[in-house]
Amino acid sequence: MEFFRIHKTIPFMRHALVLNIISFATFALAVFFLLHRGLHLSVEFTGGTVMEVAYQQSADIGKVREAIGKLGYPDVQVQSYGTSRDVQIRLPAQKGMSSDQQSAQVMQALKSVDPSATQRGIEVVGPQVGDELTTNGLKALGMVVVGIMIYLAVRFEWKFAVATVLANLHDVVIILGFFAFFQWEFSLAVLAAVLAVLGYSVNESVVIFDRVRENFRRYRKMSTVGIIDNAITSTISRTIITHGSTQLVVLSMFFFGGPTLHYFALALTIGICFGIYSSCFVAAAIAMWLGIKREDLIKGTPAKRDGDSEDDPNAGAVV
Amino acid sequence: MNRYPVWKYAIIVIVLLVGLIYSLPNFFGEAPAVQVSAAKSTVKVDAATQGRVEEALKTAGLTPDLLTLEGGSLRARFGTPDEQLKARDVLQRTLVPDASDPPYVVALNLVSRSPAWLTSLHAFPMYLGLDLRGGVDFLLQVDMKGAIDKKAESFAGDLRTTFRDKGIRGTSVNRNGQTIEVSFRDAAALQTAKQIIQDQFPDLATTEAQDGSNWRLTATIKPEAARRLQDAALKQNITTLHNRINELGVAEPVIQQQGLDRIVVQLPGVQDTAKAKDILGRTATLEMRLVDESAEGRAAELSGGPVPFGSEKFLERNGRPVIVKKQVLVTGESLTDAQPGFDQQSNQPKVDLTMDAKGGRIMRDVSRENYKKRMAMLIFEKGKGEVLTAPSINGELGNRFQISGSMTVAEAADLALLLRAGSLAAPMEIIQERTIGPSLGADNIEKGFKSVMYGFIAIMIFMCAYYALFGLFSSIALAVNLMLLVAILSMLQATLTLPGIAAMALAIGVAIDSNVLINERVREELRNGASPQAAIHAGYDRAWGTILDSNVTTLIAGIALLAFGSGPVRGFAVVHCIGIVTSMFSAVFFSRGLVNFWYGQKKKLKTVSIGTVWRPKTDGTAVVDAE
Repeated sequence: MEFFRIHKTIPFMRHALVLNIISFATFALAVFFLLHRGLHLSVEFTGGTVMEVAYQQSADIGKVREAIGKLGYPDVQVQSYGTSRDVQIRLPAQKGMSSDQQSAQVMQALKSVDPSATQRGIEVVGPQVGDELTTNGLKALGMVVVGIMIYLAVRFEWKFAVATVLANLHDVVIILGFFAFFQWEFSLAVLAAVLAVLGYSVNESVVIFDRVRENFRRYRKMSTVGIIDNAITSTISRTIITHGSTQLVVLSMFFFGGPTLHYFALALTIGICFGIYSSCFVAAAIAMWLGIKREDLIKGTPAKRDGDSEDDPNAGAVV
Repeated sequence: MNRYPVWKYAIIVIVLLVGLIYSLPNFFGEAPAVQVSAAKSTVKVDAATQGRVEEALKTAGLTPDLLTLEGGSLRARFGTPDEQLKARDVLQRTLVPDASDPPYVVALNLVSRSPAWLTSLHAFPMYLGLDLRGGVDFLLQVDMKGAIDKKAESFAGDLRTTFRDKGIRGTSVNRNGQTIEVSFRDAAALQTAKQIIQDQFPDLATTEAQDGSNWRLTATIKPEAARRLQDAALKQNITTLHNRINELGVAEPVIQQQGLDRIVVQLPGVQDTAKAKDILGRTATLEMRLVDESAEGRAAELSGGPVPFGSEKFLERNGRPVIVKKQVLVTGESLTDAQPGFDQQSNQPKVDLTMDAKGGRIMRDVSRENYKKRMAMLIFEKGKGEVLTAPSINGELGNRFQISGSMTVAEAADLALLLRAGSLAAPMEIIQERTIGPSLGADNIEKGFKSVMYGFIAIMIFMCAYYALFGLFSSIALAVNLMLLVAILSMLQATLTLPGIAAMALAIGVAIDSNVLINERVREELRNGASPQAAIHAGYDRAWGTILDSNVTTLIAGIALLAFGSGPVRGFAVVHCIGIVTSMFSAVFFSRGLVNFWYGQKKKLKTVSIGTVWRPKTDGTAVVDAE
């Protein structure tokens, strides 16, 4: 099988400006939604009580909400969870009442409406833990960004490091934007997914930059734009197949992994889609705008094997 | 050029074998078992206990499949839950004759079905997290400030008494948060006091100041002493929790320190949060009271006569009644330390007690008035009191005194532990709790594994279809990757959680990247007209740099998650990081080995089975089509 039969180098960078403007607009939109709507943070971040209740038949969410509303909770969320028979209820922490009392009271109210209600799980988190998670999450994000920048700056060049990190922050912010726009629950698992995307989508940029470096060595007469276009073209089949395969696994998690892995898989899916796009059009384009040159990458390395003709694509098997 | 030396194949074979052995135990499932562990710190579960258990089971006509003694607990595995229940009853009868004072905890448990030879190689299955098997999980915060405040208060009291004893006049001692402020009328008194603090209170640091005719000395607990104090408080709280949880009969409780001031408690299989909390938060109190030595009291004690008015009857641990007065002299609050030791004169085991200033003063007064009389130390738990010991007073006691007498070394250690660990060193509060029902746990594990399996199958099918034989090699490498990942996690005895399973699925996704990079490179070389052998060689070599770069960056993200994550994020990160490392081995080293094994020997290799290698119509230089 062969999906990609590309005759010529595709001029990716020709439309870079337009796409970058679109990117920037998406990015700005994501930031807007993040600031405007904020993330729908899970109980791990906000503190409070989450109960999972199972019914014998399909649960009537309206009735559940009504029953809990009678207990005097002004702001309670009830949603089906996994199957139609499972319901998830989130209670904000209430002063003067322990989580046990809260959950016992709620279960009693639910049982009086439908005796088949059984408690499957309960999670109580103090606000203090939530604060800590938020700061630790931000620290982790910062450490990933700095670590990757340092590694890339050493292995490649600062321009690539900047381009890659910008492209990846672009991905992360857009994922967060999606979560803010749709008000999907942002849990610890989603945070893990976001950070995994950060590492994962750097892969993408690294693969392309690796090829750019190699091209600079091989085709001495080609323009920078040509080199970038060539690098993206010759890695595009790998990019699509890799991401396609990863997406297969992620989709499997999305469909079969149950409710806990649902948003985790969703965050990864968005990350993968934007990861492909951003490494081609954002990372490469930023590197282009930053003006990468042959000298940036191969300075200090002596001329390669003397015997090789300079732009022989089949040159040797040793790198 | 595509041949591995024998030693490389040897490494591959060894790694595969080790991987296979250590991942195997995970596939056997679990069988019902009975676990015997010690309920008291003085009781040991050892070979002798094992003999007793074997004997008891034999008389009852039960034979366990496997009997293991490890980490202070004994586990007997049975074929059916029915046998398990019978065995539990038998062992309960034999080992715990008196239910009110159990030396052992006999609990139902699940033990891996993996055969004995695997267990003897220390190959154990991964430990399943609570989200996969159900139970309760608490995160407790220890109030360290409270602990230090308490200590500062006791220091303040001690200073007050010491200064009074030494005749330093006109001082006033006040505690202000965690600092103690002492003021004096003259400089000489200050110097004397400073000397005393330096000699007798090495944990305190002092600074002096003078304003007007007022000399002041500020004493603070030294940072290293405070750290030691916090550490000790946390340890003591963990010990206390262990003692309390043992009573629940939970088969494998996890009680761990997290960070500097937190304790994680996981109780698998327990669904009753309220009861668990009740036991965790239970307070044991220690009281010291005088023994009623009146004639009626004696009579009640010896012959079971009526208990005199104003006294109560309590039992000693060996079942002997002791009649004590109702009036409480000192409570455990005043007791700051209890350590076992040896009396230097009589060379007998003893327990050294340290009281705070208030307690010391009371002890002095009481001992002076009640010379040669007995004093009982009672411990109250769940509203029920028990006499720990009732020694007679043999002299004037101060804030440091000792209990000695007919004690063995082990009894002294036990008594010290009970005196110390009966109560918490610092108050704790539950800041996070989770209960996962067993059905939810079973759901989680099933769904998690299904998602990994389906994803894996989908990728295998695709790879084989797209890359033909090379796709098959990649699929085998992926399977090896998964196996090694499971093996390493089992070796580390890591806890597998749902996010961990997600990370496994993602690891497959990341590992596929390396395989695709290699296969695409080989195809590209072929497309450019390289000979098959050269193409394989160049494909692997050139992909290596890229694989390294991309994996290191992914690893950086993983390590950051590991460093700052907690709970589920950490579970994810561990698997993620290990997955990256195993994928480097399997995708680069192992799959190359496979390819070399298959193609390396063939000298005149014409074609490579790597799917279609399509060439553009213009010759091999089409990709160099520069603008």
